[in-house]
Amino acid sequence: MLTLENVAIRQGDFSLRADFTIQAGQRVAVIGRSGAGKSTLLSLIAGFFPPEEGSVLFDGQNMTKAAPGKRPLAMLFQDNNLFPHLSVAQNVGLGVRPDLRLNQVQKSLVANAIERVGLSGLEDRKPAQLSGGQQSRVALARILVQDKPLVLLDEPFAALGPALKIEMLDLVAEVLEETGAALLMVSHDPQDARRIAPMTVLVADGVAYAPTETGALLDNPPPALKAYLG
Amino acid sequence: MVAAAIVAALILGTLLAVALRAEAGRGLGPSEWAAIRFTFWQAVLSATLSVALAIPVARALSRRQFPGRHLLVTLLGAPFILPVIVAVLGLLAVFGRSGVLNEILRWLGLPEVQIYGLHGVVLAHVFFNLPLATRLILMGWQQVPSERFRLAAQLDFGPREMWRVIEAPLLRRVVPSALAVIFAICLSSFAVALTVGGGPRATTVELAIYQAFRFDFDLGRAALLSCVQLLLVGTAAFVALRLSGTDSFGTGLDRVVKRWDAGGLTRIALDSFAICGATIFLILPLSMVVWDGMFGVLQMPAQVWKAAGVSLVVALASTLLMLGFALPIAIAAGGRQSWIEMVGLLGVAASPLVIGTGLFIVIFPIADPFAVAFPVTALVNAVMALPFALRILVGPVRDVIQNYGHLSHSLNVTGRHWLLLILLPRIRSVLGFACGLTAALSMGDLGVIALFADPETATLPLQMYRLMGAYRIDAASGAGLLLLCLSFGLFWLFDKGGRGRADT
Amino acid sequence: MEFFQTCSARRILEDTMKYLTFAAGMMAATMAVAETPVLTVYTYDSFVSDWGPGPAVEAAFEETCGCDLKFVGAGDGAALLARVKLEGARTDADIVLGLDTNLTAAARETDLFADHAIEASYAFPIGWNDAQFVPFDWGIFAFVKNADLDAPTDFKALGASDLKIVIQDPRSSTPGLGLLMWVKTAYGDESKAVWEGLSDNIVTVTKGWSEAYGMFIEGEADMVLSYTTSPAYHLIAEEDASKDAVKFTEGHYMQIEVAGKLKSTDQDALADQFLAFMVSDAFQSIIPTTNWMYPAVTPADGLPKGFETLVVPDKGLLVASDQVQAIRDEALAEWLDALSQ
Repeated sequence: MLTLENVAIRQGDFSLRADFTIQAGQRVAVIGRSGAGKSTLLSLIAGFFPPEEGSVLFDGQNMTKAAPGKRPLAMLFQDNNLFPHLSVAQNVGLGVRPDLRLNQVQKSLVANAIERVGLSGLEDRKPAQLSGGQQSRVALARILVQDKPLVLLDEPFAALGPALKIEMLDLVAEVLEETGAALLMVSHDPQDARRIAPMTVLVADGVAYAPTETGALLDNPPPALKAYLG
Repeated sequence: MVAAAIVAALILGTLLAVALRAEAGRGLGPSEWAAIRFTFWQAVLSATLSVALAIPVARALSRRQFPGRHLLVTLLGAPFILPVIVAVLGLLAVFGRSGVLNEILRWLGLPEVQIYGLHGVVLAHVFFNLPLATRLILMGWQQVPSERFRLAAQLDFGPREMWRVIEAPLLRRVVPSALAVIFAICLSSFAVALTVGGGPRATTVELAIYQAFRFDFDLGRAALLSCVQLLLVGTAAFVALRLSGTDSFGTGLDRVVKRWDAGGLTRIALDSFAICGATIFLILPLSMVVWDGMFGVLQMPAQVWKAAGVSLVVALASTLLMLGFALPIAIAAGGRQSWIEMVGLLGVAASPLVIGTGLFIVIFPIADPFAVAFPVTALVNAVMALPFALRILVGPVRDVIQNYGHLSHSLNVTGRHWLLLILLPRIRSVLGFACGLTAALSMGDLGVIALFADPETATLPLQMYRLMGAYRIDAASGAGLLLLCLSFGLFWLFDKGGRGRADT
Repeated sequence: MEFFQTCSARRILEDTMKYLTFAAGMMAATMAVAETPVLTVYTYDSFVSDWGPGPAVEAAFEETCGCDLKFVGAGDGAALLARVKLEGARTDADIVLGLDTNLTAAARETDLFADHAIEASYAFPIGWNDAQFVPFDWGIFAFVKNADLDAPTDFKALGASDLKIVIQDPRSSTPGLGLLMWVKTAYGDESKAVWEGLSDNIVTVTKGWSEAYGMFIEGEADMVLSYTTSPAYHLIAEEDASKDAVKFTEGHYMQIEVAGKLKSTDQDALADQFLAFMVSDAFQSIIPTTNWMYPAVTPADGLPKGFETLVVPDKGLLVASDQVQAIRDEALAEWLDALSQ
C-alpha cells in the first residue's frame, strides 16, 4: 500500500533513512526514543516536506511530490487537530469536503460518524466546550468520514489519561476495522503497540527499520530498543 | 507577491516619475540636512515615548474588566484617525497658551507651561500615536492564549515571573514593529511638527519637500528628499524585523481569557493610574473638538454633507483595496517571506505630495486627472493604511499558518476554502480592527485628494479645510465634528463587527 | 430549431438597432453641448467654493458670453502654478486665475502665457504694466487683533513688546511669504535684526493661513498675520466688530492677484473676452464680499458698506516681480537663521 523506496532526509546533523513497505490494512506502531525521527517519518509520508533522495509510493504510484491533501491518507497530530472556531460537525465535515458544502447524504455521513464516536447531541459545540477525550473523538470521527486507506497518528492521545487513551486506541481499532485502512502510529508506550499494532517499525540510529512483529520485537529487543525500553 | 509588487510600483514608480520630470536642481543643502536630523530625532523620541507609555496602558487594559472598557478601547482609536488640523486645535485647546491646563495653572498661581518646541512636537505625536501603540500592544496580549495565563496562575507567578515568561517575550514580539510603524508616521509628519514645534527649528523633511515643490519647483530635490524619507523608514523597518521575534505563543482553544494576575494593591493602583491617565490625556482634547464643533454643525453649508458622502464612498473603497493588498502580503509574510512586510511600511513613509505629483505626471498624459480623482484617492489611501493593516494582520496570520497549516494541508483545505473557512474566521477580530482603521484613516486623510479634486469632488477634510480658509471657522469646526463622528462610526462598526461575540 | 434561430437573430438585430439609435442620440446631445464653447479657468480652491466668487462670476459671465465657463480649483496660488508647469502646453486650461506678484516672474519664465491687451485704471497705489498678467484683486497684509488690544505700530516696537503673534511659514504659505517680503522691503539689510527681535514674540509658525487664523480665533496669540480686509469679513458676514487690523508705520506689503491667458488656448477670443470682463464692474463688485479682498478696479458703486472702517496704510510696499526671486531667497535665509536660534 505504502512503499518508501530508499528514502533519505538530512536536517543539520540529523538524518533518517527508510526503505520498507506497509501492506494494505496493516497496523504498524512506530517506536524509538524521543528525537529519533518518528514524527519526521510521519511528516515525510504525509508530504509536509520532500525526501532528499528516494520515492514515496502509494499503491505503486509515485507520490513523492504530491501535496499533503492529495495523498490517500488521514493524519492526526500531537495537538491542533481541531479548528477552535468551527463546530464539532464542521470539524468533522472538513473531512468530507474541504469547502464544507455538504449535501444531505454527506451530512448524514457526518452525523453517523459523530454518533459512532459517541458524541451525538454535541454537533454544534465548539472544541473549547469539550473535554480532552471528546476532542479526540471528534478527530477520530473525521478520520472515519475521510475514509482514507492509510491513517497516520502522531501521538494524538498523549495528553489523555491511561484509561482514556486505551479507550481511544480501541476506538481507533474499531474505526480501522470499519474502513479497512492501514495504520502507522507513533507511540512512546510499548503497551500501545502490543494492544493494536501487530507490526512495529523501530526508528533508531538514523534508520527507520522495516516492520517486524511487535511481540517478538518487544520480547527480544535489539540493543538500541533495549536502551530505550530500560 | 503581486500585491507587494503593485504597492512597491506605486510608491517607487511615482517617485521615479517625479525624479524623471525634474530639471537639474541644487541637491541637498545644509538646511535640508538639518531638517533630516530634526525629523529623525523627533521621530525616534516620539515613537519611543508613545510605545513606552502604551505598555502599561495596554497591560492594564488586558487584565482589567470594568464598565465602559469596550468603549474606551474603541475610543482609543480616535485621535489617530482625526485630521491633523482638528487634532492640533483640540490639543491646543488643552495645552495651548489659553488652553484649559494653563487656565488652571494661572488660577492656582502657578507658572504656565509652554507647549511650543520639541517637547510639544513629541507631546502631539504621543497624543496621535499612543492610542495606536496601545491597540497594537493590547492585540499582542490578546493573542496569548488563555491557557498560558492559567498555567502562570497555577505556578503562582509574581510580577517578575510574569514579565520573564509571558510579558517580555510578548513585548519582544510586538514592540519593535510598533516602534517602526510609529517612527514611520512621525517621520512624515509636517503640519503637526511645524505648528507645535514653534517655528523653522521644527522643519521636517516633509516640509522641505513642500518647499522644494512650491517655493523652488525643484522636483529633483523633492524626489531626493522623498528617497531619504523612504531610506530612513526602510532602515527602521529592517531593524524592527530583525529584532522582533516571530515565535508564536502556541494555540489555545479560543477560551475566554481569564486573568488571575490582577490582584494586589500595587497592580491595581498602577493599572488605574495608567488607564485614567491615558483616558484623560486622550479624551480631553477630543471633547474640546466635540464642544467646538457642536456650535458649528448648524452653520455647515450643504457642500459639507455632499463631501461627507464622497468621503464615505472613498473610505469604503480604500478598505476593500487595502484588503486586496494586505491579505496576500500578510499571507506571504506570515509564511517564510517576512521581509515582504517592509514593502508595506513604505506606504506610510512616502510623501503624499510626491505620490500625488508622481501619479499626476503619470496619469495626465493618459486621462483627465479630475476624472480619476476618486479611484486615485481610494488607492493612495489604501496604500497609506497598508502598514498599519499589515502590522495588525501579519502576526495573527502567521499564527494560523504555523498552528493550523499542517492540519489544513492534510485535510486538503487550501486556496479559497482555506481563506474563507480557516484564515478569515480565525483572524476576524484583527481584520475588523484593520478595516476600521483603514476606513477611518481614509475618512480623515487630506493627502492626495487636494491635488486631484475639483470642488465637486472634495472630500470632507478638504471641504473642512476650505471652510477654514474662508474664515468660516465655526462651520469648519462643525465639519470637523462630523468628520470625527463619521470616522469614529466607521471604525466602531468594523471593529465591533470583527470582534463579534469574542471578548477581546 | 429554425424558429428559435430566426427569433434570436431578429432579437440581435433589434438590439443593435436600439443601440445605434441610442448612440446617435447621445452623439447628437454631445454635439449640442460641444456647440457651446467651453472656457476653462484654473484657479485656487477657495475661489470656486460655494461661498467664494466662483458661482457668481460664472453666472454673470455666462449671461453675456454664450459659453460655458468652467472653473477648476487646484490648491492655492503656488499649487496652481506647479499644476500649470506640470501640465505644460498640453493643459486644458485657457486661463489661469489666482497667481500673485510673487509668482508672476516664475510663471512668465514658463513661456506658457500669452500677451494681453487689457487696460484699466487700477485701484492699488502702484503703476501696472505687465504684458502677460491682468490684476483682478489685491490685498494688504496686516496683523489682525482684537479691537480692544493696544498694539505697537511697527515691527521694532512689536519685537520689543511681549505680545504674541502667530505667522505662516513662507515656504508653504502665501501670506507667510508676504510677511517675509514685507520685512525685507521695509528694513533691507536690517531685516535679520528685526526678525531676531520678533523671534520671542512668535508663538509658532504654521503651514498655512487657516491654521494660523484658527489659532488666533482660539486665543493662542494676540495677533495673527492676515489681511487688512479680514476684519471686514467679521463685520459684514458675522456682524462682529471685535476684530481690527494694526496700521504699521513702515507701510504694508501688498499682494496683487492676477490672471493670464495661456498660449495653448483653443478659445482665444473668448479668453480675451473673459479678461476684459474680469476688470469690469460685473466681476469686480463680486470680489469684496466673496474673496474678502479689494477689487482691482473700484466698481462704480464703490466698496460695500463696512470697508470704509478698514485700516488704510500710508504706504504700499511691493517688490517688482523680476526681483522677487533674488530677494526672497536672501530673505528666507535670514528668516531661517534668525528664527532657528
